[in-house]
Amino acid sequence: MMKKPFWGGIHPKGNKSLSRGGDLPELQPQQVVLPMIQHIGAACTPLVQVGDMVKRGQKIGDGSGVCAPIHASVSGRVLAVEPRPHPSGRDVLSVVIENDYLDTHDETMMRYMDHKDLEPNAILQIIRDAGIVGMGGATFPTDVKAFSAIGKVDCVLLNACECEPYITADDTLICRFPQQVRGGALVLQWALKPERTVIAIEDNKPEAIAVLKETIKPEDNIEIIVLPTRYPQGAEKQLIQAVTGRLVPAGALPAAVGCAVFNVATAAAVQRAVYDGMPITRRVVTVTGDGVLTPRNFLVPIGTSFGDTIHAAGGLLDGVKKVISGGPMMGFAQKNLDAPVLKGTNAILCLKHGNETPENPTCIRCARCVSVCPMHLQPLYLYRYTKLGRVPQMDKFHLMDCIECGCCSYICPGQLPLVQTIREGKKLWKEANAK
Amino acid sequence: MNLLVTSSPHIHSGRTTSRLMADVLLALIPAVLAGCYFFGLRAAILMVVSIASCKIAEFLWCAVRRQPHTLRDCSAAVTGLLLALTLPVSVPYWVPVVGGFFAMIVVKGLGGGLGQNTFNPALAARALLVLLFPAVMTRFAPVGTAISSASMSVDMVSAATPLHHMVMPELPNVSLLDAFLGNLPGSIGEVSALALLIGGAYLVIRKVISLRIPVAYLATVAVLTLIFNKGQDPVLWMAYNLLCGGVLLGAIFMATDYATSPVTPLGQMVYGVGCGVLTVVFRYFGLFPEGVTYAILLMNACAWALDRITPPRRFTSLPGGTK
Repeated sequence: MMKKPFWGGIHPKGNKSLSRGGDLPELQPQQVVLPMIQHIGAACTPLVQVGDMVKRGQKIGDGSGVCAPIHASVSGRVLAVEPRPHPSGRDVLSVVIENDYLDTHDETMMRYMDHKDLEPNAILQIIRDAGIVGMGGATFPTDVKAFSAIGKVDCVLLNACECEPYITADDTLICRFPQQVRGGALVLQWALKPERTVIAIEDNKPEAIAVLKETIKPEDNIEIIVLPTRYPQGAEKQLIQAVTGRLVPAGALPAAVGCAVFNVATAAAVQRAVYDGMPITRRVVTVTGDGVLTPRNFLVPIGTSFGDTIHAAGGLLDGVKKVISGGPMMGFAQKNLDAPVLKGTNAILCLKHGNETPENPTCIRCARCVSVCPMHLQPLYLYRYTKLGRVPQMDKFHLMDCIECGCCSYICPGQLPLVQTIREGKKLWKEANAK
Repeated sequence: MNLLVTSSPHIHSGRTTSRLMADVLLALIPAVLAGCYFFGLRAAILMVVSIASCKIAEFLWCAVRRQPHTLRDCSAAVTGLLLALTLPVSVPYWVPVVGGFFAMIVVKGLGGGLGQNTFNPALAARALLVLLFPAVMTRFAPVGTAISSASMSVDMVSAATPLHHMVMPELPNVSLLDAFLGNLPGSIGEVSALALLIGGAYLVIRKVISLRIPVAYLATVAVLTLIFNKGQDPVLWMAYNLLCGGVLLGAIFMATDYATSPVTPLGQMVYGVGCGVLTVVFRYFGLFPEGVTYAILLMNACAWALDRITPPRRFTSLPGGTK
């Protein structure tokens, strides 16, 4: 199978060896804060009240429509149900649970011995009940994604690219729990019945590749495709392009070209839900960067604060300028360490440099932004027309095609805040088109 | 806890404008050394005068406009050096002063500043100097002449450049090897093809420029001169057309100027072809033996329009978009 490349992209310094390797300790926070929004879609409504005793895995929040339920990640007592800081910067209604350190499990969800006993729709129901969302950071409810793909896809892709620099969470997950990844892949394969099931991984993870090759059996009918390391190889559209040569039209879902993409951590969560009856209560988080004492990976209960997680890694070093939820290319900078780890938090990145925009960023028309844009856009003109507020020109230059990968800003010699401005442009465009 | 909150991305490649310009200056070192070797101290002084003029002009412009001065981005130095390299060594020392001020204030400053100017400042200045002072701008010292560096201007008998011969038309009276190394009459920086190619290779390896514009430019000149050859030997005719005159300097260092060339891949190729066609047309039919300056300036004027008509294909419109 020839690997078809995507246009553009960048090669930032990986910095993955900082956090790679070592053991994977499980954190035991004193309390967890579980925001009722941890996914794309409608917010959950709390199902518990202050004073209630909850077990790990017990559903504490749910909603309707495109929504994924929230579960207690530790056993203990509900301390508060109130707005708390969220990694997005807003305060979001959250359930605060004090850990009783007993780790009593909720037994509501069934454990199945073989996924082949289940109908596809039953599997989707389990995925929904387990609160599974895209764990690579996109956090779209997985059952909705899978439902839209049933009968329409001939290729299921498991994304193990982890193309953002610094992050080694998926890498660690594969090396530690390869059977969960394989099991999840087989469950999704059973539910969606594709012709091809592919695990796509970048060539900068030799250990994980070796583990996968050892774990996946020939009769599994799962291909392992090793892709060259290039950001944003793990972006959904670029991954589909690289593996199948198909291009997802603007505004369409991958199912439009017969593909469904799931993060490997999502697949592992599916395996745990089906075989262990365990909803999402833990995830692998990389704590890394030059601003933290001992960069490493942890198995973190959802709801553990950034502060507690960083403390477990030895704490912040002097001179830290930024703490980021996620990777350096697309992550969100935090104003403090109060926000909790969510289902989609793959990394906490502590950096000593701020990457501030200079006072007079100047475009020299070097064309680098055009040559790195994986969506074939011309960021310099999108920047220009956003600054001028010209909505028709934004349309002409396909502003809304932008996937906000940040390659343009990374490469720009004039240090223009290109993608940052394009995000503003999208708001302008939406306002103008809402009228 | 005082954390900085900005929108992603949170890292940068580290290659800033001033570093790219510094790379261009480094890439010009072989041509500078070749110019000094073949034309002596006067060439070096002209370069210094030209760079200083551009820097001072830019400083004054920024001061008058009350803008923070931009001297650190090295682009004024690049313009100054490129201008000097396009001059005959015999020009009076005030020529690069006039050119430098025109380049930085009229072409670059009034043109909108860094990245916004329509025309390449060094080439536009050269074009102005040729029009204003044709006598000194088209007088080339014969190879091996001792040229005084002490006096403001130089009196000497002008030599015919290879391009003068080719207007005749006849093959020039220099060997191909001399033309490659730079042992022939011409402007300070254009004579040594070897030095320019070394600089060009550096720029490509360092990814300061892409190959699209220079290759399209040179290939077009090669093909056209091969087809419409005027010599006894078409291949020799083509080779002299590529090695003599300002084509290499223009294709590698002038046409690739960021501000004045297109940004789309296809646009850059069309632009390079356009430069090549116009260069050959001007050489064959123009008033002067050389046409590189005016060819590139004309294409400069088309750069933005070329961007408009050659947008990259939309992500969704490539083949394979459907199942």
